[in-house]
Parts: sequence; structure tokens; C-alpha cells
Amino acid sequence: MAVDTVTAAEVVDLAVMPLRELNQRLHDVAGDTPSPQRWQIVNPNGAHAVACGIDAPLEVEILGHVGYYCAGMNKRAFVHVRGNAGTGLAENIMSGIVLVDGNASQSAGATGRGGLVVVQGDAAARCGISMKGVDIVVRGSVGHMSAFMAQRGSLVVCGDAGDALGDSIYETHVYVRGNVASLGADCVEKEVGEHHVAELCSLLERAGLDDVDPVEFRRYGSARRLYNFEIDNAGAY
Amino acid sequence: MCGIVGLFCKSPELEPRLGEHLAAMLVQMDDRGPDSAGVAIYRDPAPDGLVKLTLYSHDPELDWRARGLDVQSVRAGHAVVLVEGDADEAEAAVRREHPDLRVMSAGRVIEIYKEVGRPRAVAAAFAIADFDGTHGLGHTRMATESRVTTEGSHPFSTGRDLCLVHNGSLSNHNRLRERLRREGIEFQTENDTEVAAGYLTWRLREGATLEEALEGCLDDLDGFYTFLVGTADGFAVLRDPIACKPAVLAETDEWVAMASEWRALAVLPGAADAQMWEPEPCVVYAWEKALV
Repeated sequence: MAVDTVTAAEVVDLAVMPLRELNQRLHDVAGDTPSPQRWQIVNPNGAHAVACGIDAPLEVEILGHVGYYCAGMNKRAFVHVRGNAGTGLAENIMSGIVLVDGNASQSAGATGRGGLVVVQGDAAARCGISMKGVDIVVRGSVGHMSAFMAQRGSLVVCGDAGDALGDSIYETHVYVRGNVASLGADCVEKEVGEHHVAELCSLLERAGLDDVDPVEFRRYGSARRLYNFEIDNAGAY
Repeated sequence: MCGIVGLFCKSPELEPRLGEHLAAMLVQMDDRGPDSAGVAIYRDPAPDGLVKLTLYSHDPELDWRARGLDVQSVRAGHAVVLVEGDADEAEAAVRREHPDLRVMSAGRVIEIYKEVGRPRAVAAAFAIADFDGTHGLGHTRMATESRVTTEGSHPFSTGRDLCLVHNGSLSNHNRLRERLRREGIEFQTENDTEVAAGYLTWRLREGATLEEALEGCLDDLDGFYTFLVGTADGFAVLRDPIACKPAVLAETDEWVAMASEWRALAVLPGAADAQMWEPEPCVVYAWEKALV
């Protein structure tokens, strides 16, 4: 997943080019006109919505910190943030890869339907909230209420998880190597089968984490008691 | 919405330019809070035996010196005055002798400036960029719970050299205000944040440490909040248990900063290489001069 290739990148300076113009140029790539395949964005200075809505197999490298919703709705592109990311990183990602070298604020990968989100540092609260098929790999720890109402895909946490992990979870696979502060309603620890280890191996490999042993993880998922309302479960809501 | 910024100088070399950096951060939060803005600056300690007050007048033409006050400076309806004796007495004396004036802050080092209008205009009106100081915090307001007025702007004074800025909204402020009034806490507005400030004032008056008072918020305040509290020596950050209101912390060898968004931190020198993270809910983060 390295971005370093010999092809020259199109360099865009966000201190000069307005954000909307940059995003429009990235969107135009999906059309028929020939466009650069490698992009390098400098001076993001915490701007919101950088590289949102791409639908093309581009490599986009962002040198610095980004604000809210970076690489939101991403399709096919590989977006690499060489800094930290604000709230809602890769929100509703459809496919492709979003990689952050630093930390991500809350709701990273929220509602994502496909693709891969990798956070090399920590992700804050609500990582993977309502995820619907995206795979998320966090090298550090995640905050409270991560994988809240998570439906499909996998969340891999190499560090610790905060309170109420997997509250009201559906069928997302959650793997945590460190401590879990507490489990949310209807989330339970589950046995790790061989096919789960194989899934973890694949996820860690795709995330480029070759020094993490998949055997060290524990698995969490839905107890499936909240799928249909039963009065006996009222206390769990 | 609402935006919060705070900057604490670890290095004395940064202190002459505190206002310049704080103003730049505040302006970045302009569109989170277009209704009003304000700052608390910690600077220029009052000489021993004197108390520093920031007073506010609705009358922009007021002749401050005709009031017989020891006026140090006047900026856009706000005057810094020095008063002899105890801060409580000084504040009571101003209320008694100058009922048309509002006491915005009282203490040894704090000065509070706040006004309605776009943050960029407010920063310019007070010439915030010209201030030196050890630390400061600021707020841009998008009003939800009460009217847009100077008094309803943040920061709110919470006692000697203490102030509070808030992003969020409280839902039990009416009942809590009545409870605090019975404890002798006075309120000037219907604002929810003023109730949180009054709560801290009350807890501190009853002997709680700042950390204990803030932890008490977790039990006694209902609603959404990211708080930034300024003290004579530093500042503290607290988020409610849900933590849906944003907050980012950053630290270098030169400074510690807090903001609602990354872009407010990006304007600081060395931000690209700063350690940056999102504070956890229900945890009091505090920095003080003595500890860094």
C-alpha cells in the first residue's frame, strides 16, 4: 500500500487553492478527461472535508493535519493523511483505503459500507459507529462507545477499548488485543475460531501491521438478544 | 455549535505574543460562533494589596475617569481598574457605588473582554492581538439557551481569577439556578453556562478543589458540555460522559493548547509537530505553571 512510486504527483497547496476547487478537481477525475493519478496536498491546516467524495483509483497524500470528515464517502481512492485527523474520518467510506499516521478524533469510519480505514495512532470515541461493511484497523486504542450499533465489517483494535464497546451491535466482528473498559448492551466476548484468526491475519496484513500477533486478540460480538423486542430485555436498553 | 480555544505558555518567550496567537485561534472558530465572542487573558499581576477588576459599561461614551476609579486601561466598553483591599469587598463596592457597571472579572491577574458580534470584529475591537500574558482562553458563541447579549457571552467569571467557557447546552439549569440562589449565588442572565459557572463558584466557596468542583459537574449537571476553565496558574478541560461536543488538545515544549477543532491549533507555531489528541470524557485535564 505504499504511495511512493516514481510517477510525479500533482501538488496542490491548500494555502493557495480553495478547498472546493481541490475537491472538484478530484471529483472530475471520475470523468473522461485524462487527469493525474497521484496527488499531494500540502498546507491542509486542519481544514474540513479534504478529499471528500472521490470516486476514482487515485493516490492522495495529505501532508499535515486535517479537520472533520476527511475522505468522506471515499470510493476506490487511497487517501494517506500524514498527520492527525478530526471528527468523522472516512465517514461513509464505500471502498478504497484511508490511512492516518497520527490520531483520529471521534466517529472515525462512521457508517462506512466498504473499504479499509487504518489509524496508526489512537481513535477517539465512537470509532466505527453504525459501520455497515467497512474494515477498521486501529494500531492504538479506541474511545468509548466504539462499534455502537455496528452492523457489518470488522473493527480491529491493537490497544485498548473504552467503555460500552459494541453497544447494540449487530454482526460486525470486533477484535481487541488490550483491555476493554466495559462492554455495551448485548455485546459479549466470543470464542476465536481458526477462521477468525485467518480473518485477523488478512486484516492486519492489509493494514500493513506485520509486527502484531493475531493470536493475542479477543473477539467480541452480538449476543443477539436485542434483535427483537422482548419485555424481559427492557433493562438492557 | 460554539467554539472554544485556550493557550497556555510553557515557555516565557511566548508570553509577549500570547494575544496574537489567541486572537488567531479565536478567528478560526468564527463560523462555530458568529453571535458573540470573548477572551480571558491572564497577565500583568496587580500590585500587592490591590485587586484587578474588569468592568463593563453599556454606555460606549462613558467617562471612566470621572467615576473616581483607578483606571488602568479602557477597551471597547471594558475598563481594567485597580481597587484596594479584598476582592469580594471591591466587587461589592463597585456594585453599590456604580450600579450601571458590570463586574466581568475580579482577581489578581485575570481580565475578561467579551462582546456581541463576529469573533473577528470582537478580536479587532479589543485589540486582543496586542496582549501579552501567561495564558488565555476564548469562546465564540452560537446562542441556543438564551439571548445574544454582552452579559450572555463567554467567558463567565466563576470567582477570583477563575472563569469558564462552554460548548454545549445544559438541560437542568433552571432548577439548579434556583438551588444555587438559595446558597447565595447571584445570576445576571438566564444563560445556562452562567449556572455552570455559579455551580463552580459555589463548590469552590464550600472548600472543594478545582478538580473536585469539576468532577461534581459530572453528577450535578445534565446536558452536553465541553468546559474550559481558566485559573490564575493555568487551565483545565472537562467533557461530559457522552462527549459529543468536540475538543482537541495539543502540546509542544513551548505551549499547551485546547480547541474545538484542529484548524484553530494549526495557526500555532510548531503545530505541525505537536502532540495532538482528543481528551477522554469524564477526565479532568489540567495544566498549571508550577507543574510544567
